Amino acid sequence: MILVKDNRCDFCGTCVAVCPVDAIELREADISIIHETCIDCDVCIWVCPIDVLSSDKEVEAIND
Amino acid sequence: MTDYDVIVVGGGPAGSMAAHAAASQGAKTIILEKDRDIGYPVRCGEAVSDAGLKQFMEPEPEWIAATINKIRMRSPNNTIIDLQSNATGYVLHRRIFDYALANRASQVGAEVQTRAYVDGLIVEDDMVRGVKYQYMGENRSLTAKVVIAADGVESRVGRMAGMRTSIKIHDMESAYQATVGNIDIDQEMIDFYVGENWAPGGYLWVFPKGNRMANIGLGVVGSKSKDYNSHDMIHNFLRDHYPEATVLTSVCGGVPVAQTLKKITGNGIMLTGDAARMVNPVSGGGIISGMHSGKIAGEVAIEAMGKGDLSFNGLAQYPKRWRKAGGKTHEALHRISESIKNITDAELNSLAQKIEKIPESDRSLLKIFTALAYQKPKILLDVTRAYTGL
Repeated sequence: MILVKDNRCDFCGTCVAVCPVDAIELREADISIIHETCIDCDVCIWVCPIDVLSSDKEVEAIND
Repeated sequence: MTDYDVIVVGGGPAGSMAAHAAASQGAKTIILEKDRDIGYPVRCGEAVSDAGLKQFMEPEPEWIAATINKIRMRSPNNTIIDLQSNATGYVLHRRIFDYALANRASQVGAEVQTRAYVDGLIVEDDMVRGVKYQYMGENRSLTAKVVIAADGVESRVGRMAGMRTSIKIHDMESAYQATVGNIDIDQEMIDFYVGENWAPGGYLWVFPKGNRMANIGLGVVGSKSKDYNSHDMIHNFLRDHYPEATVLTSVCGGVPVAQTLKKITGNGIMLTGDAARMVNPVSGGGIISGMHSGKIAGEVAIEAMGKGDLSFNGLAQYPKRWRKAGGKTHEALHRISESIKNITDAELNSLAQKIEKIPESDRSLLKIFTALAYQKPKILLDVTRAYTGL
């Protein structure tokens, strides 16, 4: 699952543009990931200029 | 009857030019802008050429932060190459400029609705017939004969129409820019730092903004940006090079440096500017291509309405005229950007040292290319091919 760090997003839309499945909703000052659509490809995490996005995969791995 | 003739999604330069072109010919036109403000936040280095702007209008003094007549390029080891530019450029106040363009459209009758977040299209019989949007928490919809998507890098309107606008990460520059004050730089010069050392797969820029201010930013190619943080890189650069500068504004953003979409029209829809991936893939500049494509889209909307055919076929003049106006050049530039991608920092340094030996007044493009030819004959070939189409 892609996570958004609270209060850090600049709402620039770079992640929206690279998302292959259109799973990111972005308004003027509001971002949300549509988890049902998201395929966890992580490209949004890569391109974010300020590293606001992360994945909980690692966390899960540790928990497993 | 539709609510409007033309709905333009996005109030940047592409959208305002499209709205102006349509409304000035009598079309009932509205611009829907998702933010509360036209022209803000400014996600742009703001540089533009005088010749580019003058295709459409005379630049107004209040738009211009700095007038440029010199270009400086720096290799990875900071070898400085100064180039006299025979073309004037500007660093704009995009905030004022975008406002002026939207105001210009409104003067000929275009309406502007800010805070309008388009979240769907009205599609009937495979034809786009309007948009759904949210305004202050309220769901609204508007019908139109044609929708012009000028919604920038995100390009979601095209996706809603079933077009593949999603961009590959190696075609995206992940960028960050600080507008700084208290900086002593030549206010007539733009300064580029090229190579992996400064900005992997992109470049770093220092653009003067008047009154001892500057836009200092960089773009890292998306495929490499996993290991880099543009924000940290800019702050490190400022610390090392301009420690006296103070950050007044900072923004991040994505610059699509892809090939233009193969399909920029659909039934009842045209894609313009960044949304159509028309950004210059070498420079990352998108203002002029946005304005030009927007203007053409607005004109074609009028003609197509006159003929009563706003289908893909009815809008066929749009891609045709765009190709002539900027599309062909874009293809050439994209081929160049692909071929220069693989130059290493060592090669750039060695090339810069060769160019450094050519006296500044004698640095013609030909001489630089000759130096390049010794260095990387394949690139010269690629560039020539890109321009001649061979």
